[in-house]
Amino acid sequence: MTLARALDVSRRYGDKLALDRVSFEVRAGELVGLLGPNGAGKSTLVNLLTGIRRPSDGRVELFGGDPRRPGSRRQLGVTPQETGLPASLRIGEVVDFVSAHYDNPLPRAELLDRFGLTALVRRQTGGLSGGEKRRVAVALAFVGRPRMVFLDEPTTGLDVHARRLLWDGIRSFSAEGGTVVLTSHYLEEIEALARRVVVIGGGRVLADDTVDAVRGLVAVRRVSLTVRGPLPELTGVTGVEREGDRLHLLTGDADRLVRDLVTYDVGFEDLEVRPTSLEEAFLALTREPAAA
Amino acid sequence: MSSLALTHARFQLLETIRIPIAVFGSAFFPSAAMLAFVVPFVGDNAEYATLATVSMITFSVMTTNLFQHGAGVAEDRAQPWDPYVRALPAGAMPRFAGRILSGLCLMAVSLVPVVLIAAFFTEATVTPLAFLITAATTFVIAVPFILMGLTIGYSMPQKAAIVVAQVLFFPLAFLGGLMTGPGLAPGIVENIAPYLPTGGAAGLMWAAVSDIPYDFRSIAALVGWTAVLGGGALWAYRRDEGRRFS
Repeated sequence: MTLARALDVSRRYGDKLALDRVSFEVRAGELVGLLGPNGAGKSTLVNLLTGIRRPSDGRVELFGGDPRRPGSRRQLGVTPQETGLPASLRIGEVVDFVSAHYDNPLPRAELLDRFGLTALVRRQTGGLSGGEKRRVAVALAFVGRPRMVFLDEPTTGLDVHARRLLWDGIRSFSAEGGTVVLTSHYLEEIEALARRVVVIGGGRVLADDTVDAVRGLVAVRRVSLTVRGPLPELTGVTGVEREGDRLHLLTGDADRLVRDLVTYDVGFEDLEVRPTSLEEAFLALTREPAAA
Repeated sequence: MSSLALTHARFQLLETIRIPIAVFGSAFFPSAAMLAFVVPFVGDNAEYATLATVSMITFSVMTTNLFQHGAGVAEDRAQPWDPYVRALPAGAMPRFAGRILSGLCLMAVSLVPVVLIAAFFTEATVTPLAFLITAATTFVIAVPFILMGLTIGYSMPQKAAIVVAQVLFFPLAFLGGLMTGPGLAPGIVENIAPYLPTGGAAGLMWAAVSDIPYDFRSIAALVGWTAVLGGGALWAYRRDEGRRFS
């Protein structure tokens, strides 16, 4: 059963195209990671699916209805940005406020206990540490006993212990049949939790596959070299940048590229092979969407 | 779902009360204006003092609602908490209603000192029945100004909202006859005042405390303003998607 769906959805902000004819679907019981650099369109896609914004084109559905209708969001849980908790309210009050929106919310004590927040119930959210705010934000997604949650960077900024705790919580929600959509720009977080990964870049879906397949896709290396003559046709190069007579080639298989350069007897100097950041890898994918 | 509106109201009041200076601020201006203008100039004339007091009440009903909802809503929309609340399973109405309720509570608090100053430091006087009618009228005339504030707050960013509220309130007060009192304003003001929301509101208040009759054309104009501003507020809320960047 499909719980959330985007069909050929585009979204413009002024003349900037944030999403470009994206189709995406989440089925019941899935644990999907949405991966992409900042500004890739992840949050826009999530905002459309959770009814915060309206698509410029195309259709979005949540539990079979229009996400803009409050009724469609009854079984949905989302995380607020941790910087956005109302600073002067106490944690217990924030939980009560959110609970009031649901027919059958989790009892406050149970929720706080599950996320290790019981001792903080009287604290104002403005005085919490970054990690504590993060835990409150994730807990709020689960207040209404949702069938599906959208978690935005749930464990960014948490220490190892807190991160493990939260990951266990998300896994057990998933094991009980809950559906999870996780957005992050950290591969590690997605690798630890998700089975399916959707890579978003430049407003498009660049890849939609298993974690292993996508890991291979973004394991891109940068081979830099100075060449005098023209380069032969090289396989496996997903991007080329030129800086004077210095060339930067992006490839998923640096070993093979170097072997090829030698085989073709290319007269190169100052060869350098470096791993790329995830950011660069996404950019490479963006330029070569056929790689998906 | 009306309990949800109460929940929204309660949390808005909680947030305001945790910063008590905000409550003090909204009570300060009308009281200071009473002490500066009404008490020394018309304080010992019962009729003028009474009319001036309700003019001042009308004035502060307008300003508190215009700023509370205009600037307040625009500020809330810029907070990252706002999109989260919009993703909760509730529509516009509980939030609107909650905001209006909390706004009315704060407005009532800010008016208490005005009434006390009028009672103890001026000759202003009303019968108990007129007092009740005036109190009820105060809440009625708040409605168009609440809606005006919401329209501003939901249709523009915070800095623009504050400017628009500031630019609006003075001409509305002056042209509505709030600065001068019934029958004493320059001719042009006398002519257009009954058809402005401020003039219509003041007319209702004056009629409640004195034997000045109700002006039905003016009431019709006020009802019209309320409908237009209500439509404006709903339109602005529906098209709002939080703060925009392009």
